[in-house]
Amino acid sequence: MAERHRLEVSEVGGVTVIRFTDKKILDEANIQELGQELFGLVEEENRKSLCLNFTNVDLLSSAALGKLITLDKKVKAHGGKLKLCNIRPQIYQVFVITRLHKLFDIKNDEAEALAAF
Amino acid sequence: MTQEQWFWTSSARIPSETQAGYPFVQQLLDQMKQNQWCERDIFGVHLAVEEALVNAIKHGNGYDADKLVEFTFQLSDDCVRVAITDEGAGFAPGDVPDPTDDDNLELPSGRGIMLMRNFMSNIEYNDRGNHVVMEKRRGQPDDEQCNSKTSA
Repeated sequence: MAERHRLEVSEVGGVTVIRFTDKKILDEANIQELGQELFGLVEEENRKSLCLNFTNVDLLSSAALGKLITLDKKVKAHGGKLKLCNIRPQIYQVFVITRLHKLFDIKNDEAEALAAF
Repeated sequence: MTQEQWFWTSSARIPSETQAGYPFVQQLLDQMKQNQWCERDIFGVHLAVEEALVNAIKHGNGYDADKLVEFTFQLSDDCVRVAITDEGAGFAPGDVPDPTDDDNLELPSGRGIMLMRNFMSNIEYNDRGNHVVMEKRRGQPDDEQCNSKTSA
């Protein structure tokens, strides 16, 4: 298993729950690393049920959104499901402004997300 | 752009590295907090400034170590003003495709300017496209949570 610096990964009932170590996901180098770690879960570890928990996240840039979009494509290409949860209102506004709330399956909290798999 | 009484100004030139601007951005956010700007406005300015700086470094200067990004942050009682200039060839903001179009929704890039426009009160580029000025007026757009100063 690859060493991870940007993610905290756990398993709950067959679902891979992912939290972010950075409160502000802004730095380009960190975002590149974040993307590699997320994609590795799908492409190298063949995980198919992913839940991204944004509890710790205060800010994320458009570049980070780009990684989430790419992750969503990879999960779907592998026949899996991706859900997002615990997005604070200001961050959710970013998803609404960019219409990405229509692309992603966003749940209020982790329990709701896990129940939806 | 507006005429304001700026009581705080910070200007610098930084290399084309995305972390180079962090200390200056943090100073701006600290000043906003000290002057009782609400969290929502601080969030919006933070995001817009980060997007604009990354655009200057990445798209404007192409991460060229020989090129600098120059910026000025200013604060008045009711306004934050951010001016950023890169040394690139420039671009036409109108040529950036709408990322909310169905055809573009799943593209991994192209949302930075949209976020800047949505979180700032106004934004203007020069004709060349290598200089942007953004302003955020306290409490805009309509936001009951931000229409009065927060308590200290």
